[in-house]
Amino acid sequence: MAVELLSANHAAALAAALAGRANRGARGFCSGVYPITPSTECMELLCNQEIEKGSVVRVESEHSAMAVCIGAAAGGARTFTTSSSNGIALMAENAVAAALLRLPVVMAAANRTLGPPWNIWADHGDTLLLRDAGWIQLYCADNQEVLDSVLFAFRLAEDRRVLLPVMVCQEAFVLSHTMAQTDVPAQEAVDRFLPPLAHPGRLTSTPRVLGGIDVPHATEVHRAQHQEAMGRVLEVYREAQDEFEAVFGRRPADPVVAYRTEDAEALVVSMGTIASTVERAVDAARARGEKLGAVRVRALRPFPGAALARLFRGVRRIAVVDRNVSLGFGGVLWGEARGEAEPGAIVQGYMIGLGGGDVRPEHVLAIAADLAARRVAGDPVLLEAGA
Amino acid sequence: MSDSVLATLPGDRSPACEPLLRPGNSNCGGCGMSTAFQLLGRAVEGRPVQLVIPASCAAVAAGPFPFSALGAPAVLSTFGAAAAVATGLAQVARLNGEATRVVVWAGDGGTYDIGMASLSAAAERDEDVLYVCYDNEIYGNTGGQRSSATPAGAATTNTPRGKREQKKDILGILAAHRIPYAASVSLAHPQDALRKMRRALDARGFRFLHALAPCPTGWKSEPALGVELVRLAVRSGLYPVIEIVDGRKLVVNVEPEFSAEALELYLSLQRRFQRSGVEARDLRAAIERHWRELRSRSGRIVPAEREG
Repeated sequence: MAVELLSANHAAALAAALAGRANRGARGFCSGVYPITPSTECMELLCNQEIEKGSVVRVESEHSAMAVCIGAAAGGARTFTTSSSNGIALMAENAVAAALLRLPVVMAAANRTLGPPWNIWADHGDTLLLRDAGWIQLYCADNQEVLDSVLFAFRLAEDRRVLLPVMVCQEAFVLSHTMAQTDVPAQEAVDRFLPPLAHPGRLTSTPRVLGGIDVPHATEVHRAQHQEAMGRVLEVYREAQDEFEAVFGRRPADPVVAYRTEDAEALVVSMGTIASTVERAVDAARARGEKLGAVRVRALRPFPGAALARLFRGVRRIAVVDRNVSLGFGGVLWGEARGEAEPGAIVQGYMIGLGGGDVRPEHVLAIAADLAARRVAGDPVLLEAGA
Repeated sequence: MSDSVLATLPGDRSPACEPLLRPGNSNCGGCGMSTAFQLLGRAVEGRPVQLVIPASCAAVAAGPFPFSALGAPAVLSTFGAAAAVATGLAQVARLNGEATRVVVWAGDGGTYDIGMASLSAAAERDEDVLYVCYDNEIYGNTGGQRSSATPAGAATTNTPRGKREQKKDILGILAAHRIPYAASVSLAHPQDALRKMRRALDARGFRFLHALAPCPTGWKSEPALGVELVRLAVRSGLYPVIEIVDGRKLVVNVEPEFSAEALELYLSLQRRFQRSGVEARDLRAAIERHWRELRSRSGRIVPAEREG
């Protein structure tokens, strides 16, 4: 292992290259890539890596980037791509196809606001477009987590019990371009962690069709199988955590990360880097004697409802902070998490940091104060973080 | 299940490519695409092939899951992504030192229209892919709407009085990418077509074949007359049968007679041309202009057969 100063984009690229080389004894590695701010640096670094039995194809659109991954995964290779924002929107058709074909593509997504108007800063709205597309979605809080999650994602995606694509999400600039000390594992360790990919459905010489015509009852069966595979993810996730820890000496975060929740009377639930800010705010509140706790949802799909329900047990006040807005509804995480609270609990939705607004601990403390003053939950609140 | 029944199921040792379109497929009677597909199957002759088929009649022809009427392994891709999906398959075949020929089998909608960006990009990258466009000049699978391959004067369900614009010169577009091999094949000239298909299968880099594929359903023509219609299109000069190597060397493989009778017959045998009132003389100028361009690019001022 070597500690390097890396942006999350570069961390993701190095992880993809390590994973790619680790499949050199099998069918190799193939990636289709296309630039878009703020994920460009990930594809740039990947294009500069030497990858034995690997190929990075510089295509003409995100739609084709995912299509190359589909073709390569159908051919049995390990596959990776990266994108952001409107690139993910353009890619959506093939991203859905990759999931429905049960191809274990890994994508590093740098979360950026959808346009127009054009805004290159952080917002979770882009990857949330694909929330229901059959992908596993992991939201990261720091650069080390991005690197580890890309490696972890291949292990998860390629497990025979899973065979689903994984999106590793990290926020524009907050992580994508921010340098941090990051442990980069040795190739030999990654080789031990990632077994060679042997996709049972890959195209061989047998005349059969991948992605053929489905009549309704066939689709019902295929969706049920997909849903069952999602249902097995958390079990495989735990095994992969153990394996990761045994090889690399650190444990990837749980699907739900609790911070100072043991005796908490109120919780602030969030995703991505806002969760780190929430933890600092919790420390400040605790210093004042307020029993505040933080919950970070790392895995949005499959949704870790049971883990959230355990943390919400006995808690009467819950703030859910979203860096996204489902227009006409409210925050996406709020919509999902509130169903796990106990009856009668106040679950208030707050949307903040849209379009990359800088969310600071004082914002979170103001949210906690607003929550404490409420007698009932109201409509979701859209707050301006400013600058 | 008895052994004899099991023996009829596809297995790893069954011949991969013969025929490419098996009995039980759902294509219409007289489908030109089916004829072209079977011709390609002849050319394949046991070469290891993987197919990529975007949304099209050819995709539907495979039949419902878990059956397949296709004689080769296939990915049915999204509509506009066939060339990019084929890129992935071809890259993995190359990385693994496999002789697999990756073949895109796409209609004109998937080629001229929605697939143009991924097609152009794969051609520019010179991916090791054979891209075949079967051109029925219509969105056949959705019931017959105009595409940019629909010829001027043809009525479709969304150009009921006849399309006004000329069809794109797809071979010219591909040749402008300077790909190793681009050719048009005629179903009425199977020897020439087979030779080109074999050449295209064995060549490396990006190869493109264009096949005019009569669609009786969309053309409102007699199913039995498909091959004859192609012959008339060739004789009249409407459908040039040519090949272009490296985007430079253009060879005319079948000299047309530029027969007015053939052109009139071609139009009169298809009801799609009758609603617009298009006549042979309306098309003559465009045919002549196109052939002047072809002659200049072939380096021959006069047809080859008149030289001797």
